[in-house]
Amino acid sequence: MIHHIVALGRGTLETVSALGRAVIFLVQAAWGVPSREGWHLWLRQMHFIGVMSLAIVLVSGLFIGMVLGLQGFTILVDFGAEDALGQMVALSLLRELAPVVAALLFAGRAGSALTAEIGLMKATEQLTSMEMIGVDPLRRIVAPRLWAGFVSMPLLTVGFSVVGIWGGYLVGVQWLGVFDGSYWSNMQSSVAFVDDILNGMLKSVVFGLVVTWIAVFQGYDLVPTSEGISRATTRTVVYSSLAVLGLDFVLTALMFGELG
Amino acid sequence: MKRSKMMELGVGLFVLAGILGMVFLGLRVSGVGFGVPQDTFTLQANFANIGGLKSGSRVAMAGVTVGRVSDVSLDTEWLDARVTMELDDSLEGKISRDSTASILTSGLLGEQYVGLSVGGDPEMLEDGDTIRDTQQALVLEQLIQQFVSNMTSE
Repeated sequence: MIHHIVALGRGTLETVSALGRAVIFLVQAAWGVPSREGWHLWLRQMHFIGVMSLAIVLVSGLFIGMVLGLQGFTILVDFGAEDALGQMVALSLLRELAPVVAALLFAGRAGSALTAEIGLMKATEQLTSMEMIGVDPLRRIVAPRLWAGFVSMPLLTVGFSVVGIWGGYLVGVQWLGVFDGSYWSNMQSSVAFVDDILNGMLKSVVFGLVVTWIAVFQGYDLVPTSEGISRATTRTVVYSSLAVLGLDFVLTALMFGELG
Repeated sequence: MKRSKMMELGVGLFVLAGILGMVFLGLRVSGVGFGVPQDTFTLQANFANIGGLKSGSRVAMAGVTVGRVSDVSLDTEWLDARVTMELDDSLEGKISRDSTASILTSGLLGEQYVGLSVGGDPEMLEDGDTIRDTQQALVLEQLIQQFVSNMTSE
């Protein structure tokens, strides 16, 4: 009996101290805004995290837009309201699907790679050696990755939305014969720039921060063995996905619910 | 050096594509114009029932959008709905005092909007004036009720 209570206490303390470490870590790392000499480090990460994720994000966006077009059409046509297809595709992409799905893909594509990379640096004691020669690994390794993720995520989300809306257009207008003018004009009359587009972007900024933070921290804080790296990589994907979905509900309630 | 330049080019294109995408979303998807906010003047109208009208709904004259509803509230004196509309500046002094504001529906199940039809009075409405002659929204339940009571009384 006592064992269980002790285990519970230890678990709680460990969780709280990990959370505390994560917050201190974030504050210290985010301090390293890309400076003049750190510019090329940030650029390299932007290339790896942002540009290289573009392909998977755009292809997924295209297919999700096409599926939305197809599903929306078959439902809306029953009510004779297939002209509202543009509105349905655009709103569901901008408000929910683009930020969330892009963040989930981002966690799988870039987050796991970040964790493994930093984890291996830790396991091979590269981070310790850096400290030995007086280079702060937080500023040199972590900060550029954190900022690159933070900047890339909204850009990827914009790409996802644009390609998705185009995919819906391909299926709805080109294939199923929704009138071209009503697809765009219904969309324009129902999508508000600040309420829908900027709120969606705000979501993606938050997701970008959370996913990169989790990925980088898991890499930095892991047990430096090969098993530790594999566990931390799994944890990155699981925690980021859960955090994105949970935060999405909270943000949606604040932005579009009656709470705001 | 060569590789680094390629990388910079890639990142530059990525950021540029993001900005262009944002412009596309703004212009093509949400229909934002770059023009300065137009000058408007406000008119008010009281309706017995506004149905589904809300702030942001459009105001049309002869089917052409000329403004939007800026506020909907309950008039506590008359206990009816007070609708404030912002209309295009070019219409100021051109809407006569006996004009009618009615709440119409676009399509059978579409959203509701305010339709203005101009009367013949030589006196014109000024900024902040109230339109007297209004027609409330058609509420489907009331129509059905009327129809049913007519049927049973025959």
